[in-house]
Amino acid sequence: MKKTAESAWPDEVHALLEAAGVRQVAIVPDAGHARLIRLCEKDKSMRVVRLTTEEEGVALLAGAWLGGEKGVLLMQSSGVGNCINMLSLPLACSFPLLMLVTMRGDHGEFNPAQMPMGNTTQPVLEALGVIVKRVDTAEDVTEMVSSTMRLAFNTYRPVALLIGQRIQGAKDFRKLTQSVPK
Amino acid sequence: MSKLLRRREVVAELLAKRGDTLVIAGLGAPAWDITHAGDHELNFPLWGAMGGAAMIGLGVALAQPKRRVLVITGDGEMLMGLGALATIAVAKPRNLAIVVLDNERYGETGQQETHTAHGVDLAGMAKAAGFAHACTVRTQAEVSRLKQRIYSGAGTLFAQIKVEGERLPLVLPPREGSLLKNRFRAALLGPEAAHQ
Repeated sequence: MKKTAESAWPDEVHALLEAAGVRQVAIVPDAGHARLIRLCEKDKSMRVVRLTTEEEGVALLAGAWLGGEKGVLLMQSSGVGNCINMLSLPLACSFPLLMLVTMRGDHGEFNPAQMPMGNTTQPVLEALGVIVKRVDTAEDVTEMVSSTMRLAFNTYRPVALLIGQRIQGAKDFRKLTQSVPK
Repeated sequence: MSKLLRRREVVAELLAKRGDTLVIAGLGAPAWDITHAGDHELNFPLWGAMGGAAMIGLGVALAQPKRRVLVITGDGEMLMGLGALATIAVAKPRNLAIVVLDNERYGETGQQETHTAHGVDLAGMAKAAGFAHACTVRTQAEVSRLKQRIYSGAGTLFAQIKVEGERLPLVLPPREGSLLKNRFRAALLGPEAAHQ
């Protein structure tokens, strides 16, 4: 089956991370990252580290770089809020940090609780001094991950790519009250 | 009840003949303690990032599986990142030891009590999270046994060392983050670290 742009980007991004020598994959799961996480878990060159909260990933990947390894932090926009003070570490020490953030509270959100953080993810990160890029079309995700990754590792700073909710589709809670998808 | 251990003596003993061990220290007193024992290129003392010391240790330990990684931090710092105990217990690095110097106080901010002053048992929490070895240390003999265990290098290790709540002169490490990071990487990875 030929993959559409919507379904192909996790595979392409995984290949990109692998080729770049990313070894530590820090995650708090998100539906938008589900396929990419599965691909990383199957990849023997990568070590997936499940976190209890996203700020652990910021610290983990500082340690990874101290030890000579590259990493990536996969999280949902709500997790950005959990990271704020820990981001002082890569900012104060010029650690490269690649964050791929799937957006909630964004395009067609159903859950009011996602709005405060989702709607301010970008300005909050930028206020802190983190470089933020954003992508809203599936066919551009791979290229944007590639360029964001280069910014992080070539210029030694924390960089976030926000992957718009439009790409993943908003979760339909009402539909989920009728049936649970397989 | 015997006298409480003194933190700088404990740290000096743990770091004597450390060899090529990689050392991360939590902000505040633990950073001053490891510097008091002798500033070292393979020390990464924190000036902030409270709650992150153990996780930095995990990142280093996974990247350098052949090196011993020792995190020395305080009870307040560890309490701020308790989830890390679960994450580390699940990741099971064989080469990571976490040592908490527990004076039951926030020393840098005016000696306010932490939860460990009210019975919170960090070693018990580590054990419950799944650490193969977690202990509370109160005596010199136990410090010596802990040191042996740290450098024998088998398994993930957690130790909560009960220490006196003394106020000591600060011994400051360099505080510029890039310097601390770059000298650590250069000492560990060689000059090519600058071109990674």
